[in-house]
Amino acid sequence: MAFISSGYNPDKPMENRITDIGPRKYDEFYPAVIAKNKGKWLYHEILEPGVLVHVSETGDEVYTVRVGGCRLMSVTHIREICEIADKHCDGHIRFTTRNNIEFMVDSKDKLQPLKDDLSSRKFPGGSLKFPIGGTGAGITNIIHTQGWIHCHTPATDASGTVKATMDVLFSDFQDMRLPAHLRVSMACCLNMCGAVHCSDIAILGYHRKPPMLDHEYLDKMCEIPLAIAACPTAAVKPAKIELADGTKVNSVSVNKERCMFCGNCYTMCPSMPLADDVGDGIVLMVGGKVSNRISNPKFSKVVVAFIPNEQPRWPTMTATIKRIVEAYAKDANKYERLGEWAERIGWERFFEKCELEFTHHLIDDFRDPAYYTWRQTSNFKF
Amino acid sequence: MAKHETPLIDQLSSGPWPSFVDDLKQEAESRAKNDKNVDFQIPQDCVDDLLGVLELSYKHGRTHWKHGGIVGVFGYGGGVIGRYCDQPEMFPGVAHFHTMRVSQPAGKFYTTKYLKDLCDLWEFRGSGITNMHGSTGDIIFIGTTTPQLEEIFYELTHTFNQDLGGSGSNLRTPSDCLGQARCEYACYDTQAICHELTNEYQDELHRPAFPYKFKFKFDGCPNCCVASIARSDMSFIGTWRDDIRIDQEAVQAYVGGEFPSNAGAHAGRDWGPFDIEKEVINLCPTGCMKYEDKKLMINTKECTRCMHCINVMPRALRPGNDKGCSILVGAKAPILDGAQMGSLLIPFIKVEEPYDEIKEVIESIWDWWMEEGKNRERLGELIKRQGFQRLLEETGIKAVPQHVQEPRTNPYIFWKEDEVPGGWERDVNEFRKYHLR
Ligand code: HEM
Ligand code: HEM
Ligand code: HEM
Ligand code: SF4
Ligand code: SF4
Ligand code: SF4
Ligand code: SF4
Repeated sequence: MAFISSGYNPDKPMENRITDIGPRKYDEFYPAVIAKNKGKWLYHEILEPGVLVHVSETGDEVYTVRVGGCRLMSVTHIREICEIADKHCDGHIRFTTRNNIEFMVDSKDKLQPLKDDLSSRKFPGGSLKFPIGGTGAGITNIIHTQGWIHCHTPATDASGTVKATMDVLFSDFQDMRLPAHLRVSMACCLNMCGAVHCSDIAILGYHRKPPMLDHEYLDKMCEIPLAIAACPTAAVKPAKIELADGTKVNSVSVNKERCMFCGNCYTMCPSMPLADDVGDGIVLMVGGKVSNRISNPKFSKVVVAFIPNEQPRWPTMTATIKRIVEAYAKDANKYERLGEWAERIGWERFFEKCELEFTHHLIDDFRDPAYYTWRQTSNFKF
Repeated sequence: MAKHETPLIDQLSSGPWPSFVDDLKQEAESRAKNDKNVDFQIPQDCVDDLLGVLELSYKHGRTHWKHGGIVGVFGYGGGVIGRYCDQPEMFPGVAHFHTMRVSQPAGKFYTTKYLKDLCDLWEFRGSGITNMHGSTGDIIFIGTTTPQLEEIFYELTHTFNQDLGGSGSNLRTPSDCLGQARCEYACYDTQAICHELTNEYQDELHRPAFPYKFKFKFDGCPNCCVASIARSDMSFIGTWRDDIRIDQEAVQAYVGGEFPSNAGAHAGRDWGPFDIEKEVINLCPTGCMKYEDKKLMINTKECTRCMHCINVMPRALRPGNDKGCSILVGAKAPILDGAQMGSLLIPFIKVEEPYDEIKEVIESIWDWWMEEGKNRERLGELIKRQGFQRLLEETGIKAVPQHVQEPRTNPYIFWKEDEVPGGWERDVNEFRKYHLR
């Protein structure tokens, strides 16, 4: 492994440095049919799960095949995507806002060979490399985060929980039988580097133990005032601590009764780790949406306060999600998003239909706005 | 032969959904074989060690990445996320394993030539593992060593004409829905403005100068396919001001069952024949539609442009011709004081190059937030702390009923001194002349 220079000269770092050029311009990469018809599209149709056609006022058509992507991917996999696009799509490709991959062709006769090619490719373990789907009233890709692959603050894994969940929900990726589309997302801690606070169903990594305090190092590693300011419930206070050897150090104390394990103090201060094998697990949220269709955008709400981490396949979590999907599929009206359904029937009925236990953890107790989530009416169902 | 035993994560090979474990393994093998004789600049077995570290995390139920990590390239204050494994002796291949954010083209269209060249670079100087894409939009290169950062950056800028994305307390990488490129609903060119503003504000993106992070996202219409209303401090949502364009013949084709409702999105179940009353007229949130004598009518003045009727009948209904966008501000995740979605600030603004009016709004918001925002306080939190009125003042926008979902219920109303006749300076002795103690 000999070091090979790119031309960069570490002795004169600012020489020949190019900065502030931003991304490449989008239209360098357009397929011809897109470049020609941009802004002229008349209508679209979903021909089958995963396959769309857009028709332009010029009469041109573009056919799109959407396939699932696992977001975390190797250059080998990207090269295989490119090989397919070279073969069928004149070397063009795009990725969606939910990390699916879209192959576009400009005539219908190019569609079948592309689909056949995509469907034929599998990984050694048997999983499909390029499952076609993710359109219409079904379940598309899960927006997710870093997990144990790359982040220091997770309470669960992202890639693993997502794979386990998509396997269980897979038939709905390739079907459009639901009342409306159903978005699932996942974040491995409540920084929510994902979409969990506004998704139909959301998986959230959660801790249940207050941080440990590495007093010996804390003052050396952390800006104590930042750790104090990081706490939403003011559980962190400055403290003078005497170590076992008698030295006095500046550190912090955590009022354990006020801590709700958000981990934000650890984000700011490396000496306050809180991950735990049995403490950590999953919170499930439901009922969020971002579109303005019919009802306003909604936050998702916590409906399951804790499911343990059961790596590698999280069976309790996936079974619970499946149960919620089935109850919704059976009961909701056409066009009704999960959150609209739950609000129409009432949350008491939602818990009943989804066979979920209601516990005190689900009642909001965070500051003033909590009051508005209690029930100020005698209208309820038995 | 794999370097580490991975019995737990091996169980994620099976099942229909593409397996990231099998993909990581194929990359580990490809590096081991090295058919192309790549002179790898970071450990050849780094992907094996990544699998090893992940397996260990599955065993322990805890992450094995050390806290934080501050690395980067000269001239920039962000773009690279430093990471170090907490078991470097067991997994030397990932002892350093930094993430680089690479700025993506708006709409995420690519040529294979561009992607393949990028793959060659990343295989040579990094782990060969990516995220396509990060949730903010960047191409994410996962895993390289510190000495490679400048080399990769040099190559990106000199060979690829391509910059890094954002990280830290600054403007992050803007992103958009694919807009007019392939959607008939797009009310403005999301890609054009996304690209233009990304370039306009390169300095703000690369050199953290803000109290905290700040994001732009651009949705072509209220369907919000890039979820700007939930995921960006400043959200641009396309809309229109005139009549929805109705093609009555096409309406008949829907009623007659020739065109599938919602473009066929519900084809997986038998929902019965299309019923325009039930599926459109009665679901309209404002009740502003009528269907009489085989004619569909919309009372434009009462329509809130929710997109439902257009989504159900895309071949018969189209957004109007007088198009622009709404600007909403303040969305953020829960930390610190609760999640927020964007709140409506500008009901309608034209989206036309060179976007001067829009830039004025952005810059007036930044001026305020950069001056008043506390350390690590998102725009949404500043608005909560100082009030929506203050935001209006700073941006020179007049209050209108559209700014609220409902008027306040409490009467704790502030007045400015100059709004009240006579001001606030009063003499109690003057008062006592008429009101004895
Ligand atoms: C309630 C209405 C809608 C919602 C909530 C919604 C939401 C979404 C979501 C979550 C995605 C990501 C899909 C994926 O990658 O699997 C998406 C993508 C997309 N949607 Fe929608 N959508 C809506 C309606 C529509 C309609 C009616 C159209 C077509 C006219 C449309 C056009 C698109 C396009 C073109 C993309 C790809 C966008 C991109 O990757 O930049 N959406 N939408
Ligand atoms: C804070 C960081 C957040 C990140 C990184 C994030 C990321 C994402 C991503 C990548 C998507 C997929 C977008 C798409 O399908 O087009 C998404 C969707 C979504 N996000 Fe977020 N999001 C964040 C915050 C929020 C917040 C604060 C809300 C709501 C309050 C929210 C609500 C949603 C919803 C509802 C969807 C699904 C859209 C739909 O299909 O209706 N997100 N988010
Ligand atoms: C501690 C380590 C962290 C890691 C490794 C991490 C990683 C990431 C990555 C890779 C992305 C996608 C970035 C892109 O596409 O350019 C992301 C997005 C995001 N992160 Fe983090 N993050 C961390 C901390 C945080 C913290 C502390 C917060 C908030 C308090 C946060 C909130 C978000 C949000 C809201 C997004 C989504 C933004 C969007 O969709 O536009 N993250 N994070
Ligand atoms: S959600 Fe939390 S744990 Fe997951 S990547 Fe983001 S910051 Fe890290
Ligand atoms: S984990 Fe959260 S609630 Fe607990 S002390 Fe840290 S910041 Fe405060
Ligand atoms: S947000 Fe609107 S314009 Fe953009 S892709 Fe979605 S439906 Fe089309
Ligand atoms: S866009 Fe929405 S509010 Fe307007 S007419 Fe259609 S359904 Fe009604």
